[in-house]
Amino acid sequence: MAAKKYVCKVCGYTHEGNSAPDACPLCKAGSDQFDVVAEAGAEQEEKPKKKGINTNSDFYAIIYAAIVVVIVAILLAGVSSALKPMQDENIRLDKMKQILASLHIADVKDAKAEFEQVVKKDAVIDSNGNEKMATGGFDVANDAITPDNLPIYVCEVDGEEKYVIPMTGQGLWGAIWGYMAVNSDGNSIYGVYFSHASETPGLGAEIAGSKFTSLFDGKNIMDGGEIALQAVKGRLSNEATQVNAISGATITCNGVNAMLKKCLGNYKAFLAAKQQPVTNVETTPCCASDSICSDAGTKSTEE
Amino acid sequence: MAELFSKKNKEALTTPLLKNNPVTLQVLGICSALAVTSKLAPAVVMGLSVTIIVAMANVVISLIRNTIPNRIRIIIQLVVVAALVTMVSEVLKAFAYDVSVQLSVYIGLIITNCILMGRLEAFAMQNGPWASFLDGIGNGVGYALILVIVAFFRELFGSGTLFDIQVIPQALYDAGYINNGLMLMAPMAFFLIAGIIWVQRAKDKSLQED
Repeated sequence: MAAKKYVCKVCGYTHEGNSAPDACPLCKAGSDQFDVVAEAGAEQEEKPKKKGINTNSDFYAIIYAAIVVVIVAILLAGVSSALKPMQDENIRLDKMKQILASLHIADVKDAKAEFEQVVKKDAVIDSNGNEKMATGGFDVANDAITPDNLPIYVCEVDGEEKYVIPMTGQGLWGAIWGYMAVNSDGNSIYGVYFSHASETPGLGAEIAGSKFTSLFDGKNIMDGGEIALQAVKGRLSNEATQVNAISGATITCNGVNAMLKKCLGNYKAFLAAKQQPVTNVETTPCCASDSICSDAGTKSTEE
Repeated sequence: MAELFSKKNKEALTTPLLKNNPVTLQVLGICSALAVTSKLAPAVVMGLSVTIIVAMANVVISLIRNTIPNRIRIIIQLVVVAALVTMVSEVLKAFAYDVSVQLSVYIGLIITNCILMGRLEAFAMQNGPWASFLDGIGNGVGYALILVIVAFFRELFGSGTLFDIQVIPQALYDAGYINNGLMLMAPMAFFLIAGIIWVQRAKDKSLQED
């Protein structure tokens, strides 16, 4: 920091150092021709004073803030709208991957092709189990799922029909969600996928791990017509419908249980109908739902 | 500023790595050091993101430092940081979706990381863009270094894994070894950081305070 600046009076050459050079390298003038200008470190403190505008006035501060905000807003809006199509595509691909993961199809290179091959139908049903739309279930956002607007994915894995049910709930810190793949008997579980926004790593976040999700394979969703599937602490009182909860993640597991009860509950009629296909015939809305579904089908193809 | 790597610039880059580490000596960014260090992978990505954003924010603030009204400088710094973080997050969502999903809330947390504000206020407001850039890189890497050390111990003893790969053999578990659950809790990061500070000051007497 002790460096000083010496300027040659003859040619203007600037030398930095503790003393003037013996001779100027440009014009060969002697050391007596050098002037001490300032310490190099002092240079920065001088700069603000050179500005003609008073940067401390209220008016300047307000105008400055306004300009900065406008520039930042334009930048962000530009970046956001330029990247939006790519982000949406990524989100769609990720949703496909999650649905495939519930069907034990992981690490696929082309998720889109695999999804189109496996998922035969993405229908929308209501809580009575009636089909409202034959397609378009995939476009129902997770927060748009209501008892009257339930997406269901009819998939085919190894020649067998599976139903994938989306689920959303609340964990300890934020949202949790998942997909439940049910066998064609409408009760036993083929596979499940859980994910979370911000659960504690190593504890609540373990619900997304295969150690936890694999516990669900082969369990039953319903027992005696009610949703009985649960993650419980300690000894399991009913092996068929219960899995071991994660220790240290009580609130997250309670959230999982609440999610299972609420989301699978919406599909109770649908699942019950799959369990006893015969009883479904006697219910009258069958034909009505057929006509609705064909209407909706043509509509969506027009789009 | 004649040379790109003058002594002063080199110091800006290297002192934050050890001698003036942002976490252990400036004691900045502790909050995020607790949050992301229970596993190695998020710690590494968080370290990288912070490095990039500190460097970029330092350059931007340094370029406009002479025009910033003194009274609203903190707000301006915050706006620049928030804008940069949002942009990085958007870019990640578009080009590296898996990474952005893994980081989820942590990217947003960078805005509140005190290292950013600390470096902007302490360094970028007084120095040129290139020196500020080096200072940002130095502090980011210094921060990442501590994060990785803490995450290494927390993941190894808390989960028995490193980068999610099992490293503690099953035989040890069979013999009665149990993962230390406390390692996964936030307080353990405090203990580990305190341990690092202790070791560092014991080794380098010049860092000790009276």
